[in-house]
Amino acid sequence: MALLTVNDVSLGYDGRAIAEHLSFTVEKGDYLCIVGENGSGKTTLMKTLLNLKKPLAGEIITGDDLKPGEIGYLPQQTEVQRDFPASVMEVVLSGCLSRMGNRVFYSREEKQLAVENMKRMGILDRADQCYRELSGGQQQRVLLARALCATQKVLLLDEPVAGLDPKVTADMYRLIQSLNKEGITIIMVSHDVAAALQYAKHILHVGNRVFFGTREEYSSSKLGRLFLEQEGGEA
Amino acid sequence: MDKLAEYLQYPFVRYALIVGVLIALCSSLLGVPLVLKRFSFIGDGLSHVAFGAMCIATVLKLSNNMLLIMPVTIIGAVLILRTGTNTKIKGDAIIAMISVAALAFGYLIMNFSNTPNLAGDVCTTLFGSTSILTLSRADVWLCIIMSVLVLVIFVLFYHRIFAVTFDENFARATGMDTEKYNLLIAIITAVIIVLAMNLVGSLLISALIIFPAISAMRLFHNYFKVTVFSAIFAVICAFSGIIISILAGTPVGSTIVGVNVLAFAVCWSIGKLRGTAA
Repeated sequence: MALLTVNDVSLGYDGRAIAEHLSFTVEKGDYLCIVGENGSGKTTLMKTLLNLKKPLAGEIITGDDLKPGEIGYLPQQTEVQRDFPASVMEVVLSGCLSRMGNRVFYSREEKQLAVENMKRMGILDRADQCYRELSGGQQQRVLLARALCATQKVLLLDEPVAGLDPKVTADMYRLIQSLNKEGITIIMVSHDVAAALQYAKHILHVGNRVFFGTREEYSSSKLGRLFLEQEGGEA
Repeated sequence: MDKLAEYLQYPFVRYALIVGVLIALCSSLLGVPLVLKRFSFIGDGLSHVAFGAMCIATVLKLSNNMLLIMPVTIIGAVLILRTGTNTKIKGDAIIAMISVAALAFGYLIMNFSNTPNLAGDVCTTLFGSTSILTLSRADVWLCIIMSVLVLVIFVLFYHRIFAVTFDENFARATGMDTEKYNLLIAIITAVIIVLAMNLVGSLLISALIIFPAISAMRLFHNYFKVTVFSAIFAVICAFSGIIISILAGTPVGSTIVGVNVLAFAVCWSIGKLRGTAA
């Protein structure tokens, strides 16, 4: 059974739909990229997958023992976080909260998990540094390490390279790809179609017209070519 | 010093010190998440709600006005904090609306009561004045119990409060019931504010919430250290503020706030100096 099955889902605010009749599946180990114009409902779709919002219609079925809360999430940075006084360790550890149950403090295993994930993201030497003093790329690594503390199965990334310079962007994509090779399912929202086509296995295009298929199918489809041209023209 | 030792023999001075320090401690702990969540003004807003409730209690001649003030303020806190980010009226606007409305209606209602010294009563409620020096033993116990309760809750939920403050969406996505914790923060805030009205009056409560937190943020870059330092900061300021006001005969509330402002200035300068040195 697929990890996530999205069945004829409609999304929107206050009963007004912005994306309708979405159906797609995410298999274990998949790398799905969600692309589309601004305002097409990419972020809303992500919030719905995360259970932060209810779909207007349709259903989302989780399979393969994926429990709610076992999804790792890399959100876009908020205003609050930019000047938040917290050390890297504190931020990463907060990803372990869902494992805590009713315990009050973190256990040794959870601290160990945080350390391992910081090592994995190459930020262990910055554990005591202040989160707000890091560069954008390093902040993303911290948030990735936090997401990895919450899940070993699936990561949802919301515009993971927004605001990063080209070199850091390339590093970030490589990092995400290596996680995918380790067996973690990746679902990424992005407006960077070129990168999506380079790394993703499947593409979901939301907007006036909807497309779901492999990246090869997408780049040979009419919609995909049109969108690629547009984006290419803008860049 | 002799004068101080002499004053300390009076129970009302000791009561004032106990209550003052405890309230300052609780509000400073809560201040860190509130300031970070951009809810600095919640203290101000809620204290005006409490003021409005107190006016109603006065007019109704309730014997124990806490029974009315506490629930009304808690409801106000819930209304303000639950709006969050997804509503049409944003946090700052809703605080301002509730706060001025409560202030205006409170003063209006106060005029219907036949108190001989209306201006004096209102002034006392707004600026705290001497009520901290006339605490009864029961008041002190109430305050101690409430403060211990707040401290215990704060320690038990420390990591969860951090998570909800730092990134509410992430916390929710990983299965945390963030609504519950926001509600908890709202209720504790309301309790502290009602208690703090005795100390500094409803106009100056924000100072107890904001100054320790932002002073600590000037100096430390780690959430745990910020929390600990703001607690120490608040205790020292409240203690010295009360002592100074007794020795110099100044109003208690404004003296405590004055000490807070000065101490903030010191922290700010140290932070600046360190920043340029680094």
